[in-house]
Amino acid sequence: MKNSIQRMGNITVVGMKAIARNKLRSFLTALGIIIGVACVIAVVAIGNGATKSVENTINSLGTNYIMIFPGAATSSGARMFTGNSMLTQEDAEGMKQECPAVAYVSPTVRTAAQIVAGELNWGTSIQGASTDYPLIRSWNVDQGTFFTDADVKAAAKVCVVGNTVLENLFPNGDAVGQIVRIKNVPFRVVGVLEKKGGNMMGQDQDDTIIAPYTTVMKRLSGKTKLDMIQVSAASADQVGQAQTEIEAYLKQRHRIAPGGDADFMMRSQEEIAQTQAQSMGILRNLLMVIAGVSLFVGGIGIMNIMLVSVTERTREIGIRMAIGAKGRHVLLQFLFEAVTLAIVGGVIGVGIGVGVSMAIARLLTWPVIITPSSIVISFGVAAVVGVFFGFYPARKAARLDPIDALRYE
Amino acid sequence: MAKAVIDIHGLTKVYKMGDFEVRALDGLNLRVESGEFVAIMGPSGSGKSTLMNIIGCLDRPTSGTYHLDDVDVSGLNRDERAVIRNAKIGFVFQSFNLLARTSAVENTELPLLYGEFGWSSGQRRSAAMDALLRVGLKGREQNHPSQLSGGQQQRVAIARALVTDPAILLADEPTGNLDSRTSEEIMGIFQTLNDDGKTIVLITHEPDIAEHAKRIVHVRDGIIQQDQRVAQRRTVPVRKGSAEH
Repeated sequence: MKNSIQRMGNITVVGMKAIARNKLRSFLTALGIIIGVACVIAVVAIGNGATKSVENTINSLGTNYIMIFPGAATSSGARMFTGNSMLTQEDAEGMKQECPAVAYVSPTVRTAAQIVAGELNWGTSIQGASTDYPLIRSWNVDQGTFFTDADVKAAAKVCVVGNTVLENLFPNGDAVGQIVRIKNVPFRVVGVLEKKGGNMMGQDQDDTIIAPYTTVMKRLSGKTKLDMIQVSAASADQVGQAQTEIEAYLKQRHRIAPGGDADFMMRSQEEIAQTQAQSMGILRNLLMVIAGVSLFVGGIGIMNIMLVSVTERTREIGIRMAIGAKGRHVLLQFLFEAVTLAIVGGVIGVGIGVGVSMAIARLLTWPVIITPSSIVISFGVAAVVGVFFGFYPARKAARLDPIDALRYE
Repeated sequence: MAKAVIDIHGLTKVYKMGDFEVRALDGLNLRVESGEFVAIMGPSGSGKSTLMNIIGCLDRPTSGTYHLDDVDVSGLNRDERAVIRNAKIGFVFQSFNLLARTSAVENTELPLLYGEFGWSSGQRRSAAMDALLRVGLKGREQNHPSQLSGGQQQRVAIARALVTDPAILLADEPTGNLDSRTSEEIMGIFQTLNDDGKTIVLITHEPDIAEHAKRIVHVRDGIIQQDQRVAQRRTVPVRKGSAEH
C-alpha cells in the first residue's frame, strides 16, 4: 500500500517533468482552457454585476411602485398606440379617493431643455410631478425642501434639482434660492435631491430637474395630457389589488366597458423586475453557452495535443514499459499530464478572468461581481475537461505494445 | 551445477500472417546459468529477435516454458511481465533509448520509479549515482543525452539497467551504433560487470563483439544450431580511468 502510494507520487513527478520538458507546447495546450476559464469568470462577473445593479435600481423604485402609461393594450387585432395620451390630470387627481389600495399618486410629464444659471448652462430632462413623488420614489431632498401642494395648485415656477445638475450649474454647491432659466422661464430652486446614482440602463438618475407637473404642462411642454402616472400601493401586499382598482377606475372614467380593451398600460415594480431578470437571464445564458463552448474547444485542444504527444513519445512509452511501467502507470502519467495542464490552465484562466473583470469594471465602469462559486466551478470544469479529454490519448498510450513502441521511429 | 537463471524448454513462437503461419521459434531449448556471459548470434530471420523479446519478457511464447530466475514467466499477462521486466531484467538497447531532455541520473533512476522498491527519492538518487559510478560516468550525472557522446549514452543505459540489480542484463546489439573503439570500451564494461558476477545475455550479429562473451549460441530457423564455449575470450586492454572526461 505504501509502495503503491509512493509509486503514484513517482508517476506524478514523471508527469510534471514531461510537462516541464515541453514548456511552449504545454502552454499552447493549456491556452484553450485558459481562455475558456477566463471567459467564464469574466462573463459571470459581468452578468452578476448587471443583475445586481438591475435589482438595486428596481428595488430603489420601491416594492409598491406601479407605473401607468398611456397606450393601446397589448391584445387584439388592429389596435395600435396613436401617440395621443388619454391620461388626464383629473384621472390622477381622483385616483387616491377612488382606489383605497393606492397610497400616493404623482401625475408625470416629461420634457427636456437647456437650463441656464448665470453664465453656465446644462441640458437635462425635466420631470413634472406632484408632491407625492418623493414618497413614491423614496427620494428625499438633502438641501432645502420639496415644492408644496400650494406650488402645484398655483403652477408656481419652482423646482428641485438633481445632484448632477447641481454640480454643473452650481459648482459651489449652493443652489437653494437661486434662479435657473428653463426655456427662458425663470424657476426658483427650492431644494436639491439626494444623490441616487445610475439606473439599470446606466442612465444618471441625478441628471434631472423636478418641477410641479402643472407648471411643466403650462409653461414648458404645452401638453394637456399626462405622459405617465406613478403610483404607490399602500403596501407591497396590495399592489395587485391597487392595479385592479386602478384599472376599474380608469376604465370607468374613460367610458370603457369592464371587459373592453384599456387605453392605458400598467407595470408594477415586480413585473419590471421580472422582465429585466428574464432578459438578463437570457443574455447570461447565452454568454455562458459561449464560455462553455470555448471550454469544450479548449478540451479538444488538450486531446489533440495529447494525441500528438502520445504518437511523438511512442518511443518513450516503449522505454518506460520495457523497464517496468505497467499500462496503468502510463495511463496515469498521461492522464496526470492532461489534468495538470487543464488545472494550471484553469488557475491562469481564473487570474486572467479576474483581471479582465476588474479592468472592465474600471475602464467601462460596469458593475462586476466576482463570486467564489464561479471560480470554483470553472476550476472544477477545467479539471473535468482535463480528465475527459485526456483519457482517450492516455488509454491509447497505455495500450501500446512495448515491442512496437520501442521499434517506433 | 550452478543455478539456472534462464531455463527454456521447447519454446515456440508462431506469427500468423494472414493465411499462413511463420514459426519464428520452433522448439528451442536454452539454459543459462548464473554468472554466464552468453552471446546469441544469428542472421536476420533466424528468430534471434523473437528469442530476445521472449527472454526480455516483452513477448509471450506460443508454447513451451520459460523460467527466469526460478519464476515461470511464460504465461504471465502484460502487467505481470512489466513487474518481471522491472525486477529481473536490465535492458540495454542498440539505440540507447534514453529519455531526451532528462539528465543522466534521472534516466538511471527511471526503473526505480516503477518497481516495488519503496525507496525514498534520496535512496533512488544514491543508487543511480552508484550505478553511474560503476560505468565510469562520475561527473556526468547532470548531463542530458544530447550533451553526451554515443559511448557515454550507452553507459547511462547500462547504469539504468544495473540500478535495479536485475537477474540478467539483456543487451540487444549494444554496440550497433558505436564506433569500434567505443564498442570495445562498452564490451569492457560488460566484461567487468560479468567478472563481478552479473549474468549477461548479449544479442549481436558481429563475431568480434560476440567473442567478448564466454559462450556463443547460434540461432537459425528458430532453434539453436550451435552452442560453444569461447576458447580465446577477447579482452579489452584496461585503460586507467577509461571513463571519458
